[in-house]
Amino acid sequence: MKSEARAALLFLAPALAVLGLFFFLPVVAGFALSLTDFDIYALGDLHNVRFVAFHNFAAVLQSKIFWTALRNTLYFSLVGGPVTVAVSLAAALLVNAKVARFKPFFRTVYFAPVVTTLVAVAIAFRFLYHPRFGAINRALESLGLPAVDWLGDPRWAMPAIILLAVWKNFGYNMIIFLAGLQNIPEELYEAARIDGAGAWRQFRHITLPMLGPTFLFVGIVTAIGYLQLFPEPYVMTHGGPLNQTLSAVMLMYEEGFRWWRMGYAAAVAFLLCIVIAAATALQMRFQERS
Amino acid sequence: MNRRGSTVLVHVALLAGGVVTLFPLLWMLSASFMSNGEATTFPPHLIPHAATLDQYRQLFVRLNLGRAFLSSATIAIITTLGSLLINSMAGYAFARLRFGGRDRLFGLLLSALIIPAQVGMLPLFLMMKTLHLVNSYWGAILPALATVLGIFLIRQFMLSVPQELLEAARIEGASEWRIYWSVVMPLARPVLATLAILTFMTTWNDFMWPLIVLTDQTHYTLPVAMASLVGEHALDIELMMAGAVLTLLPVLVLFLALQRYYIAGLMAGSVKG
Repeated sequence: MKSEARAALLFLAPALAVLGLFFFLPVVAGFALSLTDFDIYALGDLHNVRFVAFHNFAAVLQSKIFWTALRNTLYFSLVGGPVTVAVSLAAALLVNAKVARFKPFFRTVYFAPVVTTLVAVAIAFRFLYHPRFGAINRALESLGLPAVDWLGDPRWAMPAIILLAVWKNFGYNMIIFLAGLQNIPEELYEAARIDGAGAWRQFRHITLPMLGPTFLFVGIVTAIGYLQLFPEPYVMTHGGPLNQTLSAVMLMYEEGFRWWRMGYAAAVAFLLCIVIAAATALQMRFQERS
Repeated sequence: MNRRGSTVLVHVALLAGGVVTLFPLLWMLSASFMSNGEATTFPPHLIPHAATLDQYRQLFVRLNLGRAFLSSATIAIITTLGSLLINSMAGYAFARLRFGGRDRLFGLLLSALIIPAQVGMLPLFLMMKTLHLVNSYWGAILPALATVLGIFLIRQFMLSVPQELLEAARIEGASEWRIYWSVVMPLARPVLATLAILTFMTTWNDFMWPLIVLTDQTHYTLPVAMASLVGEHALDIELMMAGAVLTLLPVLVLFLALQRYYIAGLMAGSVKG
């Protein structure tokens, strides 16, 4: 059917043009950019661009700031990711509990942070974290605990950002877990009860294994998202204090769009891309084994 | 544990979780109705003594956030409408039209989902600069007009449209465009609603690309404007909270009104995993 193929081409043309021009081409060009010394002089006059092979990658890998940013990003992902997934699962189990009432209400409440604008809630959390006026320290004080300079203390700034991320994102994974939980056949639990298995053993031997594919999906989506950490530190800490919340994407943004060292920034972006691909592959391998 | 005990425990946990989840949003709302400095007084209080709309007035008069609101709305609405058309056309073709290499092409698009958008942002900016689209709404809109997830969502729905319906229309001599526009699209209303709300919210909440491509205050979206204001208004808590409420309100209202479609889209997106 020749005419059908022609029609298909016309139907696809706008989408392929947009994706090709504004996504695939820039990704390929990004790699090319990382092999050049594109900087502010090149921005003024393209003749100043020179091919430098892997010089940028070598420079990035030798710079201390890159490893700091990468370490921070991994800290955020490796701590924040599992905590988010755990909170999501707990919320899903609660909402899904047989005895729970008002399920749609709680589901909506828990999901609400997901649809909020990150920049706006990050600004609110900036104030909630305020060492003197913030509600969080006031709550700590009322419990007799010492106040914490959340965003000003190098040790606490990243945990503070993780807390915001958990609050903002757990509702998304919760919805996915809820669907996974509802797909587990009720007979499995009935059989387990007849065999005398308690709540914990049912959870351990039925719920967790049956949620396997859901864990994989949630884990990959969370990891990809968290490795791209950017607006939280940009709004709340500007990467500080002492670069302890500087993320890889933020380093790319600062180098590329503040200092216009675009070749160098493109190398940072590609290294991050490799980390994300590795994280995805690793999770899939891990899931296959268990 | 007996049933009564676990019922109480589950509800205590649900309520505690609800309070923690809602507190930042409710505090934001409450602080936005306070007068200057009230949020930082001792002893702390959570409810404004005398609720005032003063902060909201200041947003529009002093900070000119009305303009940012309009920028956000313009970009989000045009992006939503455009992506509905472009993604649905592509999704229809992938689901319902036969052509060589179709499945391979679709697989290629799907595999692109793991490439982070940031990788392309540097060249994309240079490209927009060459096209004179930096600091224009089109610079923010054009790259968002087609998304792999949107195409995927539409395609999954279109696969369920009965083939007989399309064949009947073809026998009557309808063109492919007529079939798509008059037969398939009306059936696709639920999935179009889902895609519309997903796109609107993503665009409204988007931060990094607008921050890069909208270089001047005259074109700032609300998130970009808020991020640039928070530095100089670090202690105007009440004012900033009013700005945050203004930013959140449209998406929260939209979500509450169209929750069903939103969750449906989320679930469809997760099936691919």
